Amino acid sequence: MTAVLQAQALGKKYGRRWALTDCDLEVPAGHVVGLVGPNGAGKSTLLNLSVGMLTPTAGSVEVLGGPAGAQQAKVGYVAQDTPTYSRLSVADHLKLGARLNPEWDDSLAQQRIQHLQLDPKQRAGKLSGGQRAQLALTLGLAKRPELLILDEPVAALDPLARREFLQDLMEAVAEQELSVVLSSHLVSDVERACDYLIVLVGSRVQVSGEIDTLLATHYRLVGPRRDAKNLPRDQHVVSESHTDRQSTFLIRTDQPILDPAWTVSQLTLEDLVLAYMGRTAPTERPVLEVQR
Amino acid sequence: MIWLTWRQFRVQLLVVGSVVLAAAIFLAVTGPGLADDYQRLTTTFIRSLGFQRLNPALYVIGQVLLYAVPPVIGAFWGAPLISRELETGTHRLVWSQSISRGRWLVSKMAFTGLTAVAITGLLSLAVTWWADPIDDAINAGQDSNTYLPRMFPPVFGARGLVPVGYAAFAFALGVAVGLVVRRTVVALAVTLAAVILVQVLAPTFIRPHLLAPTESYLTVTQDNIRGFMMSGPNGRVEEIEVASGAVGAWKLSDKTVDKAGKTVGTLPDWVIDCAPPAPPDSANGVVSSNGAVSAKAAACYQRLADEGYRQHLKYFTADKFWQVQWREFGFFLLLACALAGFSFWRIRRDLS
Repeated sequence: MTAVLQAQALGKKYGRRWALTDCDLEVPAGHVVGLVGPNGAGKSTLLNLSVGMLTPTAGSVEVLGGPAGAQQAKVGYVAQDTPTYSRLSVADHLKLGARLNPEWDDSLAQQRIQHLQLDPKQRAGKLSGGQRAQLALTLGLAKRPELLILDEPVAALDPLARREFLQDLMEAVAEQELSVVLSSHLVSDVERACDYLIVLVGSRVQVSGEIDTLLATHYRLVGPRRDAKNLPRDQHVVSESHTDRQSTFLIRTDQPILDPAWTVSQLTLEDLVLAYMGRTAPTERPVLEVQR
Repeated sequence: MIWLTWRQFRVQLLVVGSVVLAAAIFLAVTGPGLADDYQRLTTTFIRSLGFQRLNPALYVIGQVLLYAVPPVIGAFWGAPLISRELETGTHRLVWSQSISRGRWLVSKMAFTGLTAVAITGLLSLAVTWWADPIDDAINAGQDSNTYLPRMFPPVFGARGLVPVGYAAFAFALGVAVGLVVRRTVVALAVTLAAVILVQVLAPTFIRPHLLAPTESYLTVTQDNIRGFMMSGPNGRVEEIEVASGAVGAWKLSDKTVDKAGKTVGTLPDWVIDCAPPAPPDSANGVVSSNGAVSAKAAACYQRLADEGYRQHLKYFTADKFWQVQWREFGFFLLLACALAGFSFWRIRRDLS
C-alpha cells in the first residue's frame, strides 16, 4: 500500500518558535489514524501542513504521493472548530460544495442532511455545535476525497454529540473506503474510532503505528529494583519509575519477555499514550516506529 | 465561485446599489428640465437657480454621494472581503474545497471590484451629465457664489472618471488592509480613514503633478488684484494675489517675482500703499478722501510695474479638464492594481 501521508524531516517555525521539528512520518493507506498529543504539541500545524494551508520551513510533506496542497480535490479537510458560514443556510453550504468540487456527490450530501435531520433552510449560525460539525463533515465527505483530514473535530462537542459524530464518521469510512487522519487530545476518541496511532509531544513524533501492534509490543514490567541499562537490548524503555526495592518499566519489544523476575502486564491504549506523553526531556533514542 | 461571491455580497450590494440607483433615477428625471432651463435662460441661468429649491439640492446631493461612495465601497465591500473569512475561520472551509486560493481571490475581487467600478461609474455618469448645464454656464463666465468651475478641487473629484479611480483604489486598499490586519472592524476603520485622507490630500499633493501647468507672468494692476496677505499690525505685504484672467481655470500657485525672475519673499515696505485703506474710523469721524487713496494706490501699482515686479502664475485651464481627469483616474487605477498584486502575493503565503 502506498502512503497517504509522508513527512520527511518536516519542520515549521512561527517567528522564532518551532511548532514542529524533525517530523518523519509514513502513514499507510486504508487506516483511520488518530493523532494525539497535548495542546500545543503541533497537531494542527502538522495537519495544516498536510493540506497545504501552511508551507513547511524545513523538510517536505507528501500527500497521496504528491506535494501537499497540490491535490485539493482528493483531500478533504475539516478544520479546527469546524468553521461554517454563519449567514449561509445548510442548503447554501451544499450548493457551495457542489459548485467548488468537481467530484461532488450530491445524493450523498442530501442523504446525510436528511439522516441528520437538519433543516436545509436553517442558517449555519443557528445550528448547535454538533450539527455544525456534522455539516462540515458532510462537506468533507461529499467531496469524495481519498483522504479525509479532521483537526480536533469533536473538541467542542458534548460527550453525546462526540460519540454520534465519531460513529457517523466510522460508518462513512466503512462505506467510502477512505483514509482518515483525525487529531484529538483525548485518548478515548482515538480508542473509539482509530486503528492507527501517532503520538505527537513537544513538536516531535514520539511513536506511531497500528494500535493493535502497539498494544501487542508494549508491556509493563514490575520487579526487583534494577537499572534500565541492565535490560536486554531489544527492550526499549518508554518510561521507568523506581522505589527503594522495586522498579517499574514500560517497555517496547518485539520479543517475548523471558526473565522470570518480572511481573508482566499488558497496557491499555491510555497507559501507552500517557507514557509517551510523560516523556518530558527528549531522549537520545531514535523515534520508534512499528513497521508492518 | 461567482455564486458564492454573490451570495456573500448581495446585502452590501443591495444597500449601496439601491442608494446609487435611486440617485441616478432622480437625476435622470430632473436632468432634461435643467438642460431646458439653460437653453431658455442662457446667461441668466445660474442666477435663476438661486430661486429654485430642488436643483441646487440635487447638485449638492450628487456631489456628496460621489465623495461618499469610494470610502463606503472601500470600507464595506473591500475591507470585509477577506478579513471576515480570516476572522471567522471560514477561509479554511472554502480553501479545503477543490479550488486554489488564487482562483478564489480572483473571483471574489473581480466580481466585487468590477461591481464597485460599475456602480461608481453609473453614479458619476449621472451626476456629470446632470450638472453639465451648470458647469458649462460657469465655464462660460456666469458669476456665482455657490457654484465653482469644474476644474476646482471640490467639483473635480465629483465628475467624470476620477470617482471611478478612487472607488477602484478604495476597494483594492480595503482588501489589502483586511488581509494584513485580519480583523474586520479594524480593517474597515483603517480603510475608511485612509480613503478619506487620500480624497482630501489628492488635490494638493497629487493632482498638480499630473500635468505641466500653464504658466504666465502678469503685471499687478488695480483691475486684476484679488488680495494681499499682510503681517503685523501696521503691515508689511507678504503676498499678492491676482486673477489669472482665464475663466474656469484652477490656480496652483501665484507668486511675486522681481525683475530678475526670482521669487520675492517679502515685498518692499511701500507696497502697503497699494492695499485698500483700512476701514474708516467712524468713531473719530475721520474719513480719508477716496481720490487721494486712489492716487496713492495708482502710484504704487505704477511703481510695482516700473521696478519689474510681476506675478508668476501656474494653473490648469478649463480645457485641460479631461486630460487631468484621465491622468488622475489612471494614477489611482495603477495604485489599485499594485494593491491587488500585493493581495495575490500575500494570499499565497501562510494564512492558517
